[in-house]
Amino acid sequence: MQNTTQIETLHDGAAADDAARRTPVAVAMSGGVDSSTVAAMLHAGGQSIIGLTMQLWNHRRLPQLASDGPAQHRCCSPDDVYDARRVAEHFGFPFYVVNFEREFEQTVIRPFAGDYLAGRTPIPCTLCNNHVKFDRLLVTARQIGAEKIATGHYARVRRNPDTGRYELLRARDDSKDQSYFLFGLTQEQLAHAEFPLGELTKQEVREIARRLAVPVAEKPESQEICFVPSGNYVRFIEGYFAEQNSLLADEPGEIVSTSGEVLGRHNGLRHYTVGQRRGFGFAAGRPVYVVRIDRATNRLIVGEDAELHHTACEVRDVNWIAFETPPAPVHARVRIRHRHEAADATIEALDAHSARVIFHQPQRAITPGQAAVFYSDEKVLGGGWIREREKTQAHQDC
Amino acid sequence: MAIYLDYNATTPVDPRVLDAMLPYFSGSFGNASSIHSAGQRARAAVDAARESVAALLGAKPSEIVFNSGGTEADNLALLGLIAALPAQSKPHVITTAIEHHAVLNACQALERRGVEVTYIAASPHGIIDPDDIRRALKPSTALISIMHANNEIGTIQPIEEIGRIAAEAGAYFHCDAVQSAGKFPIDVNRLSLDLCSVSAHKIYGPKGVGALYVRSGTPLQPLLFGGHHERDRRPGTENVAGIVGLGKAAELARTHLDKDASRLGALRDSLENALLDSIPQSRVNGDRARRVCNTTNLTFPGAGGEALLIALDLEGVACSTGAACSSGAVEPSHVLTAIGLSDDDARSTLRFSLGRATTPGEIDAAIRTIPRVVERIRSLSPRSPAPKPAEKRAAPVH
Repeated sequence: MQNTTQIETLHDGAAADDAARRTPVAVAMSGGVDSSTVAAMLHAGGQSIIGLTMQLWNHRRLPQLASDGPAQHRCCSPDDVYDARRVAEHFGFPFYVVNFEREFEQTVIRPFAGDYLAGRTPIPCTLCNNHVKFDRLLVTARQIGAEKIATGHYARVRRNPDTGRYELLRARDDSKDQSYFLFGLTQEQLAHAEFPLGELTKQEVREIARRLAVPVAEKPESQEICFVPSGNYVRFIEGYFAEQNSLLADEPGEIVSTSGEVLGRHNGLRHYTVGQRRGFGFAAGRPVYVVRIDRATNRLIVGEDAELHHTACEVRDVNWIAFETPPAPVHARVRIRHRHEAADATIEALDAHSARVIFHQPQRAITPGQAAVFYSDEKVLGGGWIREREKTQAHQDC
Repeated sequence: MAIYLDYNATTPVDPRVLDAMLPYFSGSFGNASSIHSAGQRARAAVDAARESVAALLGAKPSEIVFNSGGTEADNLALLGLIAALPAQSKPHVITTAIEHHAVLNACQALERRGVEVTYIAASPHGIIDPDDIRRALKPSTALISIMHANNEIGTIQPIEEIGRIAAEAGAYFHCDAVQSAGKFPIDVNRLSLDLCSVSAHKIYGPKGVGALYVRSGTPLQPLLFGGHHERDRRPGTENVAGIVGLGKAAELARTHLDKDASRLGALRDSLENALLDSIPQSRVNGDRARRVCNTTNLTFPGAGGEALLIALDLEGVACSTGAACSSGAVEPSHVLTAIGLSDDDARSTLRFSLGRATTPGEIDAAIRTIPRVVERIRSLSPRSPAPKPAEKRAAPVH
């Protein structure tokens, strides 16, 4: 009797597995080796998949920038779409290109350009994850019958059976970890996300790609932001504003020291980011860095390295992943940029959507527009966007 | 079961057409320009095809110029005619905002060469008013180019009346008949056409072959340079098998015309009426009385056409959202926006086009499938009030 029950249970489990494999997973395919390998792995495992490539930017726009970077790394270039399609054709799963140019421009390009002009240093990849890849693309995936979306991100997601919450974890391969860019994902978004590369190293991914004969197994990686393949953001922003016929409100202004002494002139604040050491056009006789970008007065404030170090910052639009409402205070290790060595900090909620991060040791070049992402061991507790110090609620020691 | 409802995109090669073509690949492979008997057999086949295409259009065989298809025919008509005109200060061309891109982009090329082009707007029902053409006439008007049946919404333009206007004004008259040839009778003399484009693959012939009708005495400069083929109007060794296919397809189109039209019209109407009845807020684009028999273009507000198209394809129903784009991504249709649809409605529109092999059973299956898929897309659409992700935050836009 008991045996029968066990067998039935087993059968039920197998049937449920089968059903899960038959419910398609949408794979976000960029044409690169990572997402192509995700598709190949799931397909090889018997999972029903639908390949989706997002058309986010029309490569015919801003032709004056075409010579800036290698053609094959232009965003949504026909070459990348071609590569993604070739992978789908090779393995024989359904594949479609979906057009989110409008959404990408509204939620990524414009805020990106606006941030630079406001003196902030934005992270377009996070905006894209929050508003396009895990929003619009996920909606489309579900509309066409997929339950989840799988991407080539190096990160892990799992459901905590005790709390019922979906948790975001760093990738096993710390050198490839992309969890920093995913801090903004909601529970709803994480519940429908799969990151099959999270347990693998880049080397292992290449090996799997070769073993499964993924057509793009040897394709080089692109390091830059997809729509600025040259890495020259200033030229992109200038080109974009010219295309929009909108005034690039970024006039030359004064470079002043932290004590208020005028040291020279800058040719537009878009050329600078906090911590930068070059491009001042004067010899200071000692190392000088951008310590603050003041859009209100159009001044670039420079100072010594020591003046770049601060022990606190405020973050806005905070997204908590590990808990519904955070305990007070939260102890965490905080990254203030991708590749930043996480630093011990205490986080105090200021209101529902903003918080104050107090580092135990001063941190260099805390840059407005970047994200502060809170970690506890391998878990991402949450994160938020770093505010300008002059906009923070409490000014002491900022 | 795959249900193909995209005959305006392309049609399968009729088995009788294929049979007619096959001898000309390996057996009678001669070059139609060669003097020997192998060449003469090819020449005879091309001549017979020329007579068949001429008969479809009510033209003389010597007025048929074979080429690579509708796009080349449109380009040759517009660019070739203007280039052949006696040097004039600034010739004027009249066309419409709802033409195929082969005409619209050729007109833009003409504008870059100093030609003046007037784009006539269509009525909200997708019909061109002949009085608008009359009002647009200028002493310098050299060419009027108006499509016969619109590829997206199927509306039929008053070509006969516009032909009289063109004749009175002494302007040459080109008609893109790619979507009307084979669907209803065309007589180049009754319609007063000087130039008329047709394509084989829309009438159950092969891809890559088409023809331009050029009335005797109409000046035309070739686009390509080479030999003296096609009476010096289109150089290059004749695509003998393709031309034979076009000839056979034209012959079949003539004999099938009446039978296909009434059968397809009835099937199209039953599909359209069933979808209008079962899908709330759905509506037809284009004048329902003045349309080709096989086409219906329907807007389903709140259901994104891109997701609809993909979801239907995954369910085995092939249709179209509008003109396909080279990258494979879907852009809002210029025809739909030109007849006054909002961007959102244009993006929530599908075209179903029926053909010779469409069966009542397929239409019944489509009627069962489409409303269910539209309902699913709508229920998962971000604009619908129901399933908006609970934790969605405001975009960090500044």
